[in-house]
Amino acid sequence: MIELLATRWAYATFVFVMVTGLYMMIASPNLVKKVIGLNLFQSAVFLFFVASAYVAGGSPAIVPSEGGGGPYVSPLPHVIVLTAIVVGVSLTAVALALIVRIYREYGTLDESVLREVTDD
Amino acid sequence: MTDVALPLLIAVPILAAVAPLFSSVLGFRAGWYAAAVTTAIEVGLAAVVLAAVYGGDRLVHPVGGYPAPYGIELVGDGLSAPIVALIAAVSLGVVAFAYTGGPRRNSFYSAYLLLVGGLMGVSITGDLFNMFVFLEITGLATYALVAADRSDRSAVAALKYLILGTMGASFFIIGVGYAFISTGTLNMVDLSARLAGSYTARPVLASFGFMIVGLGLKAAVFPLHTWQPDAYTYASDTVTTYISALVSTVAAYAIARVILTVFTLAFFEAAPLARWAVLTFATVSVLAGGVLAVVQTEIKRMLAYSSVSQFGLVVAAFALATPDAVLGGVVHLVGHGLMKGGLFAAAAILAATHGARTVDDYARLGYRSPVVAGTLAVLGLALVGIPPSIGFLGKYYIAVGAVRAGVWPVAIVVFFSTLLTLAYVARLLERLYFADPDAAAPVPEPSPDAPVADGGETEDTDHAGPASGDGGDTRTVRAVSSGMVLVTVLAAVVVVALGFAAPVFETLVEAFLGGVFS
Repeated sequence: MIELLATRWAYATFVFVMVTGLYMMIASPNLVKKVIGLNLFQSAVFLFFVASAYVAGGSPAIVPSEGGGGPYVSPLPHVIVLTAIVVGVSLTAVALALIVRIYREYGTLDESVLREVTDD
Repeated sequence: MTDVALPLLIAVPILAAVAPLFSSVLGFRAGWYAAAVTTAIEVGLAAVVLAAVYGGDRLVHPVGGYPAPYGIELVGDGLSAPIVALIAAVSLGVVAFAYTGGPRRNSFYSAYLLLVGGLMGVSITGDLFNMFVFLEITGLATYALVAADRSDRSAVAALKYLILGTMGASFFIIGVGYAFISTGTLNMVDLSARLAGSYTARPVLASFGFMIVGLGLKAAVFPLHTWQPDAYTYASDTVTTYISALVSTVAAYAIARVILTVFTLAFFEAAPLARWAVLTFATVSVLAGGVLAVVQTEIKRMLAYSSVSQFGLVVAAFALATPDAVLGGVVHLVGHGLMKGGLFAAAAILAATHGARTVDDYARLGYRSPVVAGTLAVLGLALVGIPPSIGFLGKYYIAVGAVRAGVWPVAIVVFFSTLLTLAYVARLLERLYFADPDAAAPVPEPSPDAPVADGGETEDTDHAGPASGDGGDTRTVRAVSSGMVLVTVLAAVVVVALGFAAPVFETLVEAFLGGVFS
């Protein structure tokens, strides 16, 4: 267990942050905090991808023209994370826009109050 | 050269999505026209792809000229071609429906076209990460469309959908990540080759689990369906018609891709527990969705729970993974899209003309709007699986597949799902045609001069163009054009006609099945 934490701490952090985000989404009654939880969850996924690409002593994958120069860090996960960040930002924007509208209509961000108001 | 149709299928609607916004800046209301032209082009492109695949081709287009597995591949084969055709046809139909049915804002059509592009992307991509991106494009456009209704609750429903949908997509991407670190590739065909032999490795099993749960959330399979009834109920009628027909459909298609192309049958043989887990998940969904649909009183909510049940059936078909069952799954996927879209469209027309939104409101509407109610009845019976209809065809193949595979519980569940579907459809039919005339509460005619949609007798199409009125609250009673009725009737005709198209589907899917079950 200790050895696992010592050598695979990035993955352990990924799981911890992911579960924290998931818990926030479920447990927090505040809609904005739910969205923060969502962001945390997504950031954990980014961390997982970046960690999977890490090579001890690796350099960025820019191969000199004469070749050699390895070992390189795998560039593909970084590209994936860049795209996923863009997706995440757009999702956050849409979520916050919806929350603004909900607040304007109901005057609350509390999920349980919202449920009471809508279940009339 | 027909493979050029594949990138065009995605690029045309996404580029065209800018046109409605531009026309807003210039002060025109050209959104509807842009959407109509674009979806007509999509139908043409889809026809090209379908014809090529029907002729036995497998279309492959490497995007940007980078060969697979380094670049992204777009693939048109027997599994994706029927879905592409469904998306194109339904998109055109719903645009025609929206001419009078609204919403009419330009921004609505921008989101609509983005959604068309996203759906096409999910259906034809051959790359797992690319599939995630298109799933998210689909998701974002859908959240915006659900919230496009000006009623209070649509925003809440959209936010709920957003949070759960994003979680589903994130689970999917974690699954993709596990597959990626096990193999170092993202191309589906390449992945299936490299996964062979390491099926029981823990990351591979986890990858399968994450992907199925994530996509199951998007496809609204019980118990991951909780976002779906609210989203369908509180979205505007046009939007519900569209997303009920297509959005969950492409997620279920993605499940089929993951099971059949990426993990293949050898995975199910190596890890039979995975197959049983998916089958259990799906059969429970069939029963739970059916029971929940039976107890609903609101029409849109009933139809929404009915989708939970039908998608359980589709996922069960793909998890059975026999040639008959997979064919049945594809047929039922297409059929459900057409039937559910048609049902929601018919319900939208009845809501617009009579303000009828609950089962009780439907009392004796069969005599007041005979054409629309008749269409609703035909589509409902098709959903039950009465031949001749595509609903019968799909269920028949799934049942045959289950029996041939010797998986009796699934065969029994298919039978029970038919009974449950009959239970809620029969309730509707009873109200429509056999309700006690005295007990039938007089449904208030919302506006006496609103034309009653009883089949082409209205002359309302001329002055109810997209320029008339603005897309305010789409929940108020509006005019119904004969065009809207025509689209709905057309859906019913196609549903019945495709009941005779078994050989066509067999030819289409044959080559794909040959690849999977070799």
